[in-house]
Amino acid sequence: MKSRKKIALILVLLAAVLFGAMLLATAIGAVHIAPLDILKMTLNKLHLAHFDPTWRAVEEAIVFQVRLPCVVGAALVGAALATAGSLFQGLLRNPLADPYLIGTSSGALFGLTIAMIFLPATLSFSGFGITSIAAFLGALGAVFLVYTLARIGGRTHVVTLILAGVAVSFLLTAISWFLLDVMGELHWKAGAIYGFLWGQITAVDWSQIAVLAPIIFVGIILATFFAFRVNAFSLGEEGAAYLGINVERDKVLLLGIGALLTACAVCIAGLIGFVGLVIPHIIRLAFGPDNRLVLPASALAGASFLVLADLLARTILAPTVLKLGILTALIGGPVFLYLLLRYRREYAF
Amino acid sequence: MGHLIMKDISFSYLNGFSLRQVSLMVEEGEMVALLGPNGSGKTTLIKLAAGVLNPERGEVLLGEARLRKLSRKEIARRVAVVPQSFNIPFAFTVAEVVMLGRTPFINTLSGEGERDRSIARRAMELTGIEQFSKRTFNELSGGERQKSILAMALAQEPKLILLDEPTAHLDINHQVEILELVKGLNREQGVTVLGAMHDLNLAALYFDRLVLLKEGAIFAQGPPAAVLTEKTIYDVFGATVHIQQHPSAEVPHIVILPKENNPR
Repeated sequence: MKSRKKIALILVLLAAVLFGAMLLATAIGAVHIAPLDILKMTLNKLHLAHFDPTWRAVEEAIVFQVRLPCVVGAALVGAALATAGSLFQGLLRNPLADPYLIGTSSGALFGLTIAMIFLPATLSFSGFGITSIAAFLGALGAVFLVYTLARIGGRTHVVTLILAGVAVSFLLTAISWFLLDVMGELHWKAGAIYGFLWGQITAVDWSQIAVLAPIIFVGIILATFFAFRVNAFSLGEEGAAYLGINVERDKVLLLGIGALLTACAVCIAGLIGFVGLVIPHIIRLAFGPDNRLVLPASALAGASFLVLADLLARTILAPTVLKLGILTALIGGPVFLYLLLRYRREYAF
Repeated sequence: MGHLIMKDISFSYLNGFSLRQVSLMVEEGEMVALLGPNGSGKTTLIKLAAGVLNPERGEVLLGEARLRKLSRKEIARRVAVVPQSFNIPFAFTVAEVVMLGRTPFINTLSGEGERDRSIARRAMELTGIEQFSKRTFNELSGGERQKSILAMALAQEPKLILLDEPTAHLDINHQVEILELVKGLNREQGVTVLGAMHDLNLAALYFDRLVLLKEGAIFAQGPPAAVLTEKTIYDVFGATVHIQQHPSAEVPHIVILPKENNPR
């Protein structure tokens, strides 16, 4: 068991890494902007200081209207996915669990499909396009459906939950593609669908962040508060009950937090694989499996990872922007394999 | 007044197995074993006593309190369960596993305190596992794991320990070690023990009173010598045995006799 001081130190270090990553990602692009200028203009903007501008007005516009919203968006998505991933892995006692396991991804695709086909594309609410909102609702709806289906006699068994998740995912995915194909939307909107499936952080603005950031922050903090209960779930549901955990209530609560975090991420960026799966594993291998550290550390590391991945996606083939999900899979896959081969014993259970 | 009272308990599973009006009392400081063939209801009774199953009829009392009225947390502060084993999918250390025993006492906001740590340390000393407290639980032998789980149970500071075949997967030396530990806790700390046991001879050696179950009902109960007779064992298990006096303890010892058509 790590002492509080050690936990705090690790979290401060990871936060510093995140800060550095965000600064770097804001500085680099078609126009390079000095990191020091970025710091100064941000402090000015927050009315925390008043530096005389050593930068051009257009640079300030690039930072605040183009780059920073995307960087913050990437950080939020990475934090949300990595937290949801570690939550689901701990709760379902399944190292292969990722945030999309219990239906969120297919539910989001289904919502997106319905919105594309049946609703006018110009609809929007507080900065969110209708497809984002539909994806958000679809993700939550699918988890609710999976949970309801898996509920037998007042209890929801983990294995049933995972199986119901897989079944509902296949079904919703099939229906979505069928509709897109038959209704002819696939040809017209291939770009948008492709962008959703492989994830991208492009059209993020501050009004979206203002809505989603509080939800994601509260979700991560709640998950961290309940981390010792996630630890108890490591013994299985019966073992957790022996330790005084109200298993069914806490399962709903923790699954709900994870689903909400995932839906927020989907809403900003579509589907981005591997962050939610790999980051928690890396954190566990580095710092041990205590969820009181794993949950907040995954949030910070996931945020840094996605900010840097998004930077790479924007820059390596500039001006072409790679799909973020392709990049995370290209980095995450080999890293995961390396960890698996190197720490094989840790995974033998 | 008993410490654990199960009054006219009825319970049935969907698969047809049922407990029929079982009544059982365990006195404070007593050590009682539940015996019987597979499917006779031992584990079901343990789970009913732990409150993870609720009886259809009848009532479970824990001291003065009705189990049904207590929250999970309140139960976990009084009752600890040691199952056959736990499978933990992540690389928790032994110290971390033992600390899980403090879960029902940990405040969500403040986390574990010095008191929790010292109780967990004491539990590890009592079970003799301090020397591998930093090792990964999954890498331990079955006996070491079971001692760690016992330490976790002790960290709950329970009045009552429920054992669910705690020695089922262990070598004979570890079986004895675990039961010696439990017996010591029972004698020295006054912890009440109710345990489902597979091995009749071990049960006779370590438990004060035996309760023999057959098909969801109590067939016989009392001190070992009264319960373990050639007749009861034939009636309940269908096995022919010879009962001897244990060479060093005042308890019966069961000798298995081969079937008559298979003599050596």
